[in-house]
Amino acid sequence: MPPLVSFFLRRLATALPVLFVLLVGSFLLLEAASGDAVDSYVARSGSMDAEQIARLRQEWGLDQGPAYRFKAYASALARGDLGWSTAFERPVASVILERLPVTLMLMGVATALAFFLGSLLGVVAGADPGSFRDRFLSTSSLALYAVPGFWLGLVLIVIFAVDLRWLPIGGIESVASGKTGLARVADIGAHLILPVASLAMVYLALYLRLMRDRMSEIWRDPFVNALKARGLSRGRIVWRHVARNAVLPVVTMLGLQAAAMLGGSVVVESVFAIPGFGRLAAEAVARRDTPLLLGVILCSAITVIIVNLLVDLAYGKLDPRLRVGR
Amino acid sequence: MRVWRMLNWEGRAGAIVLAALVLMALLAPWIAPGDPLAITGEPMLRPSASGAHILGTDRLGRDVFAGLLHGTRTTLLVACFSAAVALIVGSVVGTLAGYLGGLADTVLMRMTEAFQTVPAFLLALAAISVTGPSVPTLIFAISLGTWTQAARVTRAEVLSLRERDFVAAARTLGMRPLEIAFREVLPNAFGPTASLAAISVAAAILIEAALSFLGFGDPNRVTWGSMIAEGRTVLRAAPYLSIVPGIALVVTVLGVHLLGRGLSRTERLQP
Repeated sequence: MPPLVSFFLRRLATALPVLFVLLVGSFLLLEAASGDAVDSYVARSGSMDAEQIARLRQEWGLDQGPAYRFKAYASALARGDLGWSTAFERPVASVILERLPVTLMLMGVATALAFFLGSLLGVVAGADPGSFRDRFLSTSSLALYAVPGFWLGLVLIVIFAVDLRWLPIGGIESVASGKTGLARVADIGAHLILPVASLAMVYLALYLRLMRDRMSEIWRDPFVNALKARGLSRGRIVWRHVARNAVLPVVTMLGLQAAAMLGGSVVVESVFAIPGFGRLAAEAVARRDTPLLLGVILCSAITVIIVNLLVDLAYGKLDPRLRVGR
Repeated sequence: MRVWRMLNWEGRAGAIVLAALVLMALLAPWIAPGDPLAITGEPMLRPSASGAHILGTDRLGRDVFAGLLHGTRTTLLVACFSAAVALIVGSVVGTLAGYLGGLADTVLMRMTEAFQTVPAFLLALAAISVTGPSVPTLIFAISLGTWTQAARVTRAEVLSLRERDFVAAARTLGMRPLEIAFREVLPNAFGPTASLAAISVAAAILIEAALSFLGFGDPNRVTWGSMIAEGRTVLRAAPYLSIVPGIALVVTVLGVHLLGRGLSRTERLQP
């Protein structure tokens, strides 16, 4: 078996129990929520007498025991049927598929920005631990790490959208602008700047610190002295050896933070009125749409699992000792 | 005092900030008596425009300073209790998984992983949607998403401790496995877990603020998150209504981080 295939199979084997626990958890939540699918159907269709309601319950199997209901729920999920969203009057799966790309784009850009800028500044600070620029960057990152993303978003709106009028206040693109091609891409880009900045700053600060702390440890390693003795230039030691060794924990953190960033997107998307996946969660709770909320939770768990899979693959590329399949 | 002398400047700054916040929370009913949600003046007074309202009033004429003070109580109450619950539940699960091993370990760790794949904020939202918002349910909802890290850290520590001599000694004394796990191993494994306290408190503060910003906080209490949300409706005319409570949030979280870092630098503070 090719190493990559066996890697995926092994990961699937560990992901299955996790998915099963999630399935049980979301079923319990569905049971705990007030009202069932019939109640919401009745609310939608208007009038219905008690006899019809009872018949509908029987037809949908809702009068059966919890074990039967669980089996029905699980088999529906296995077919990709996430249920019916009462708030949107559409299948949950179609609502989620419509909203997911925007959030993935937001998260992707924010992750890239946080990772590259964060580790770059981390190298700048960690190249010379204890120097002024190190202390300045370390202290700023500590302060930045304490700033809640949604509040940062509001502050950025006040500065850049209300006062300076440089950037749009919210949304994902100008409404009915009729823009196509590059003009549309530029329009979406302009709308993304502030949300991406509010979402990314916390992680930028985190990666900066992580990179810097790891580098200041590596400087004390004997191999750095050996490199100095061989007469390598300082820049080469910093970039090729110290920074390269320090980037691995940052990549690990990238996977661990995927879930947190998805959670952060809920509030940031609400601040910027972005019709994304995160805001869907808040809408589902506000409009008491339990099937939609559960769909969002299951899909975000799957997203997190996939992101971690990708991180593990990237890890093998960066660290030959951990190459997949060995 | 001994601890104070061991702290570096970061730890001391954090300790001072947090002490001031605790004082604010305790003295709130005396500094700003009455219901902070009551209308006490003209709406939308600018800060320092009136002697009675140092920080001005909001859209409905409620005093911002009183809201800020009483908000400290909610923030600290929810954050400290949910961090405590998260650490206790996490260390119990981690101890059971690490000490018992085998099937118990597998089951508990798969559960931990399942909780970790769902964003803590979404878990909190889901819990609130079932229970409805109040202080106890908020504590429950927030700790639901934050106990996993403590569980993993405790488990790792327990795994390294359980082969030690004192555990073997306890076994020869005839102690039962669970007795050994909780009376011998857990107290020794708690040090690294306790160092997560600062991170847990900070995370809880931010989750609570975000929940109440979205309108899922306790409606009968003032919170900084709900003040920010309230100010957002008049963001153009009065941006300070959102900015001021946000600064309080940043200062609080920064204070927690500073104290946490300061404490972790003082070696061997753990028993």
